[in-house]
Amino acid sequence: MFKILKYSFFDLIRSRWSYVYLFFYLALGFVLLFLNNDLSKAVITLMNVIIILVPLIGTIFGVMYYYDSKEFTELLLAQPVKRASIFLGQYLGVAISLSLSLLIGLGLPFILYGLFQSSAIWDFVLLLVTGTFLTLIFTGLAFNIALYNENKIKGFSYAILLWLFMAVIYDGLFLMSLILLEEYPLDTFSIGATLFNPIDLSRILILLKLDISALLGYTGAVFQKFFGTGLGFLMALSALALWVALPLLNIYRKSRKKDF
Amino acid sequence: MIHIENLYKSFGKNKVLEGIDLSISEKGIFAILGPNGSGKTTLIKSILGMVIPDSGTISLNGNSIKNKWNYRNEIDYLPQIANFPSNLTVQELVKMIKDLRNLHGEDKQLIELFKLSPFLNKKLSNLSGGTKQKVNLVLTLMFDSPLIILDEPTTGLDPIALLHLKNLILQEKAKGKTILITSHIMSFVEEMADQIVFLLEGKVYFKGDIKTLLTQTNEPNFERAIANLLTEQNV
Repeated sequence: MFKILKYSFFDLIRSRWSYVYLFFYLALGFVLLFLNNDLSKAVITLMNVIIILVPLIGTIFGVMYYYDSKEFTELLLAQPVKRASIFLGQYLGVAISLSLSLLIGLGLPFILYGLFQSSAIWDFVLLLVTGTFLTLIFTGLAFNIALYNENKIKGFSYAILLWLFMAVIYDGLFLMSLILLEEYPLDTFSIGATLFNPIDLSRILILLKLDISALLGYTGAVFQKFFGTGLGFLMALSALALWVALPLLNIYRKSRKKDF
Repeated sequence: MIHIENLYKSFGKNKVLEGIDLSISEKGIFAILGPNGSGKTTLIKSILGMVIPDSGTISLNGNSIKNKWNYRNEIDYLPQIANFPSNLTVQELVKMIKDLRNLHGEDKQLIELFKLSPFLNKKLSNLSGGTKQKVNLVLTLMFDSPLIILDEPTTGLDPIALLHLKNLILQEKAKGKTILITSHIMSFVEEMADQIVFLLEGKVYFKGDIKTLLTQTNEPNFERAIANLLTEQNV
């Protein structure tokens, strides 16, 4: 698997898109810090960008890389290499190079602005950790979509729909159900519903860490009670880890049965 | 060497293999023939584990290949359509395949033979069809595995390269290897093959040497005998 990972990674490192992505984050980091001139405020603005943008990039890059490397995959399949390691290697190649772009692209400007002397350092670290989680999760979901769809156009459409659903539609449905069911106690329901969407989960994690959960109103208070404790925080992180593991398991399962 | 029993495979409603029984124990060159869509490539891909059969067993040297990958160390495979990662150069690709197989590979001689040196630093997407096929041949034949599978090896080759290919195949045969070839060029098959395996509608319709085929179909030459097999089915 590590050989495949190596080749996928170098292949991606040489591609123009990794640099576009890296420079975008570099520019974003510098501009935000220049405009805000305050690390903690920049972290809040960044959160809003990361939580929407990272999943989008992860999904698009994931499907794009899978379809683009079809020939490479076919070549590998005839070689003495385990099937699962071909796909997991390619997945890790994409996920790691995207995560590196994020970490370097945002890390560099913040370090230059004196992150290590700032009290916002842990907020920022949490932001990067959730960003990495979101990259891993959405690249994995994208690989799943691509494995199930031979047709490129279909695969791309499903991937975009998935992102749209998780980033926008889910919140709408969530809010509507809260309004419709307002007579009932909704603590458990809202916590449950949040666990089922990695984007929501990450947003809440960061907001709680930033201690602005008052902005979240009633549900915020519930989350504060639930997530605020060390246990709640740990549970949210494990939920994110599960979101990484499940798509990976399915890649492994599906790739064993697929014809090429 | 290869033993296939009752192999079935369908893609959706399209039944491709319908009970293939085939046993290849001898050394030598075996031509797998059949009309378009008769399942030649599916059969080969099943042996390689790229296609997962619906039912039936394939074993190589007595061991079932199901869910295994190590056995592919014993196989050199030439795919039908040379699809390569387009942003690699020829040299990088050769190096990568050698690295993946953990073998040295005799690529230098083959590169010289097919006059590929000027293309070594070119990207694969910029090569012509024939040159790609030559690269494909180098990648396949640079290793020394006991089983060689060639899917349409003659595609796009010029006469000199074709001559080199024939010599290479004969050399490998002389080393005591088993070689499976599919081709639509009948003169090529007639010249090279020791045994013919004829697939029709997902089954093995005929297996034997060319002489037996000629007497069985009562035709004066090989091309007509094959045509006879095809039309017989249509009547």
